[in-house]
Amino acid sequence: MTETVRVALTGLSANKLRSGLTILGLMIGVGSVIILVAVGTGSSAAVQSQIEALGSNVLLVQSTPSLGGLRGGGGATVAPLTVADANALVNRFTAPDVQSASPVVNANGVTLTYNGSTYSPSSFVGSTPTYRTARDYTMASGSWFTAAQEKQHTRVAVVGPTVVSELFGGANPVGATVQVNGTNFQVVGVTDSKGSNGAADQDDVVIAPLTAVQDTLTGYGNVDSIVVQAKSRDQLDAAQTEVTNILTPLLPAAPGSTSSSFNVVNQGSILQASSSTSSVFTTLLGEVAAISLIVGGIGVMNIMLVSVTERTREIGIRKAVGARRSDILVQFLVEAVLVSLFGGLAGVVFGVIGSQFRIAGVHPVIAPYSIGLAFGASVLIGLFFGTYPAGRAAAMRPIEALRFE
Amino acid sequence: MPARPPVIELNEVSKTYHVGEIAVHALNGITATVESGEYLAIIGSSGSGKSTLMNILGCLDVPSSGIYRLNGLDVRTAHEDELADLRNREIGFVFQSFNLIPRTRALANVELPLAYGGLDRAQRHERAMRALTDVGLASRVHHLPSELSGGQQQRVAIARALVTNPAMILADEPTGNLDTASTREILDILERLSEEGRTIVLITHEHEVAAHADRIIELSDGRIVSDAANALEPSS
Repeated sequence: MTETVRVALTGLSANKLRSGLTILGLMIGVGSVIILVAVGTGSSAAVQSQIEALGSNVLLVQSTPSLGGLRGGGGATVAPLTVADANALVNRFTAPDVQSASPVVNANGVTLTYNGSTYSPSSFVGSTPTYRTARDYTMASGSWFTAAQEKQHTRVAVVGPTVVSELFGGANPVGATVQVNGTNFQVVGVTDSKGSNGAADQDDVVIAPLTAVQDTLTGYGNVDSIVVQAKSRDQLDAAQTEVTNILTPLLPAAPGSTSSSFNVVNQGSILQASSSTSSVFTTLLGEVAAISLIVGGIGVMNIMLVSVTERTREIGIRKAVGARRSDILVQFLVEAVLVSLFGGLAGVVFGVIGSQFRIAGVHPVIAPYSIGLAFGASVLIGLFFGTYPAGRAAAMRPIEALRFE
Repeated sequence: MPARPPVIELNEVSKTYHVGEIAVHALNGITATVESGEYLAIIGSSGSGKSTLMNILGCLDVPSSGIYRLNGLDVRTAHEDELADLRNREIGFVFQSFNLIPRTRALANVELPLAYGGLDRAQRHERAMRALTDVGLASRVHHLPSELSGGQQQRVAIARALVTNPAMILADEPTGNLDTASTREILDILERLSEEGRTIVLITHEHEVAAHADRIIELSDGRIVSDAANALEPSS
């Protein structure tokens, strides 16, 4: 066997440029399968992490904008969600799968002032202590506000890392007092960074007790949304049903409207939808790349046919000194497989290196299966496309092959 | 000496090619026997059928009718792979155009038949070295064919033919592409091999070359026109 491989290597090195170009063709095929699948995997990973950044096992209850404004005052209004609605969701009997329900208000146009400098965070949220676990916030320093502080309307706030760097110049702000639209809030904690979810900086946030925000900024009206946390991922769907069942009588649909006045967004179903979309995307990319792999295989066949014709006389000599049909077949097959093996190896290296770069705004994530698949496919392609030329060589009649000029 | 079967036994061997509608009788009832150790020349002009005869003798082709026994073995019924094995074991070819494998060192060229014969590397190496030394090329074993002169290439080819210790050496116009000096060299080697007891079949169209053999068969139009011991053995 080593002998056969050595002979095949001699055959390949006899025409280095030609062998090199064939290897290049396969390399591009294998490399592009790996890179494109990595881009697909990378982009789906990015989307998933964005969705997961919403929190763990959460449902988002939002009111559906109702046209016509039957409630509230004029224009396109929002069916009101209230703190009472949120409290109704925390019930051991009617909603056994719900861990917590945190009403959320968003204060708009908030300006923070500290030591003469001002800053407007992109998000100023009022909620309850349960909001922290629902949104998966961890603390870099200080602590979250307590249930007691929330109950007592204490003016405290937790800030994100972006606010720390923009307003406090990076210094630890715990204990500092900031003016929020003129009202003093004491900073009690700083969250860990969650990074950007692509659309918005999730660290550019201030969170304060719901009661305090209602006191000073938004008034005692409706809440904007309710973040519901299920007890576990498996209970998410059950929790969604319970939430819908509890809220439907509390928030009846507007007369004449068929749609519900609220909707419950399930994090799990978004994840599922996005992952099925991205797997279609990844498959599509992989298929396009696989075509180039096949084109590379045709290149192998072409080169092997040329090589067989060119070496007709050699085949004749080998047969004259006693090579059997199978000896010749194996020799040329090994040659074809070696070419594709080299092409495959070069392609894996090319693919792995290529996947280190940012491509179309996506950090590619190499899928280990794509390396095995592309490499294996290239070797199989060599075997498949090498069979016909090798068979032609093996079937040559020695008399004619010897006479070939 | 124990009775050995003749190396070559041809009995009414004919070969007919079909070119379109026309049947060409390349060989027409050839009967001959070659004993072990003979140095035979087959001579004839082009078209006499000597190439066809050489293909049949060399197991590159099978006769249309008649019987050809090589070392007592009837090759007519042999299959492709069996013919390949026969060529490997029983026949050593020497061609007019040397037919060495390009870009392959002299040693590897000589080892080739042994590789197809299934010998291990050490044995192949040793036997190939011995054969190359035998033809006086011990110092050129690592040269490529392109680095050797015509005469040297033909000597490598003879070494390759010798190395399997075949029943016969079949030389097809071995001096056809060589100058006078190299021709001399090759014929001397064949002469010596004959003296060592090897069976040699030399195919040529040149009487001067055939004159080195012990026996000359003359072919014309696919028939044997004369088969006699060589009276004019050149003095060495």
